[in-house]
Amino acid sequence: MQEADYQLIIVGGGPAGLAAGLYAARDRLRVVLVEKGAVGGQVITTDWIDNYPGFPEGISGFDLIDKMAAQAARFGLETRNGNVVRMELEGQPKKLHLEDGTVLTAQSVLLATGARPRLLEVPGERELTGKGVSYCATCDGPFYRDLEIAVVGGGDTAIQEATHLTKFASRVHVIHRRDTLRATRVLQEKALANDKITFIWDTVVEGIEGETEVTGLQLRNTANGETRVLPVAGVFILIGTIPNNEVLPLDSLQADEYGFIPTDQEMRTALPGVLAAGDIRSKSVRQVVNAAGEGAVAAISAEDYLGGLE
Amino acid sequence: MASDKVKQLSDADFEATALKGDLPCLVDFWAPWCGPCKAIGPVIDELAAQYDGKAVIAKMNVDDNPATPGKYGIRAIPTLILFKGGQIVEQVTGAVGKTQLEAMLAKAL
Repeated sequence: MQEADYQLIIVGGGPAGLAAGLYAARDRLRVVLVEKGAVGGQVITTDWIDNYPGFPEGISGFDLIDKMAAQAARFGLETRNGNVVRMELEGQPKKLHLEDGTVLTAQSVLLATGARPRLLEVPGERELTGKGVSYCATCDGPFYRDLEIAVVGGGDTAIQEATHLTKFASRVHVIHRRDTLRATRVLQEKALANDKITFIWDTVVEGIEGETEVTGLQLRNTANGETRVLPVAGVFILIGTIPNNEVLPLDSLQADEYGFIPTDQEMRTALPGVLAAGDIRSKSVRQVVNAAGEGAVAAISAEDYLGGLE
Repeated sequence: MASDKVKQLSDADFEATALKGDLPCLVDFWAPWCGPCKAIGPVIDELAAQYDGKAVIAKMNVDDNPATPGKYGIRAIPTLILFKGGQIVEQVTGAVGKTQLEAMLAKAL
């Protein structure tokens, strides 16, 4: 068999990648974690995480990731800043091409590339991003002190962040395309009881208005077809996620119709020696706790696979 | 640590350094409550060491310095603006990677 730089390369430094890195480094694999930005993933945009076991008072998304990274570092996990632009995942060794021209080789690869916020794809959205259009309530909420803003979405993230944003904004309009929320009960109850939150049901955003900054949203009621403009200074778009799959070989990984990667319960993809964990996986529950759990399973699966190569 | 090379800007010295300075200046508008801002901190430190003498790599805390972010209409952080000769060369919002920031800086050098 050809020599490889590493036994395992982990692509992505969110909870799944860091948990896998912790397990693999602790088990003394030759492992590297490659991250294109800073470690963290989507979790660092979360204000507060109340449902990760072991933190009875809750913990901020950034602090949780910081602790995960420190724990992996304690076992000597090598991390590398780099943007993977091409992957050769079939056969041995696997090759990852980085933007700076480096090629890393490994016997196994864990895809933990995660997901990112879904865009509304309406006029004005891209032009006004950072100028009133936001995807991170924790980051940008304090810019809207005593202003009226909107949150688009009806899931856990939208409803949790709508409640968080009432700390700053004078009013938060939650715009949802249905007449019921998908968010978990405890988050719903909190939001429905908050008198700074107004719900606008059965309504979609068709455009975002503003020249240099957001001034309003073009709304359409899907039940009766009525349209109107809602004046707001900002809009937080929290309508789910799309997979970070741009450099993955989707056909050979047999990606699902939404572009997420299916695995078996050991996190093995359709390609031998290639694993997937965290939000990039085809699954129904996307929480920090199962991302971390999947990372651990994937690292152990990688070890099993490496054992079979010898 | 390279962080001593990062210039900490305030509303008072922003103009002299970022707009009227001799070198291109990359300003990272950030705040302590922003996770992604903290996450890119190490990247900013590395850039400061790497571009020492060629460009000024600076940070401005938007909580302590409301005037400058207001002037540039900043409503999301981290926002990074690259200035040269008093003009904006490029502006980017979000926890972007080091290679993207290097590509940005290359346009001003």
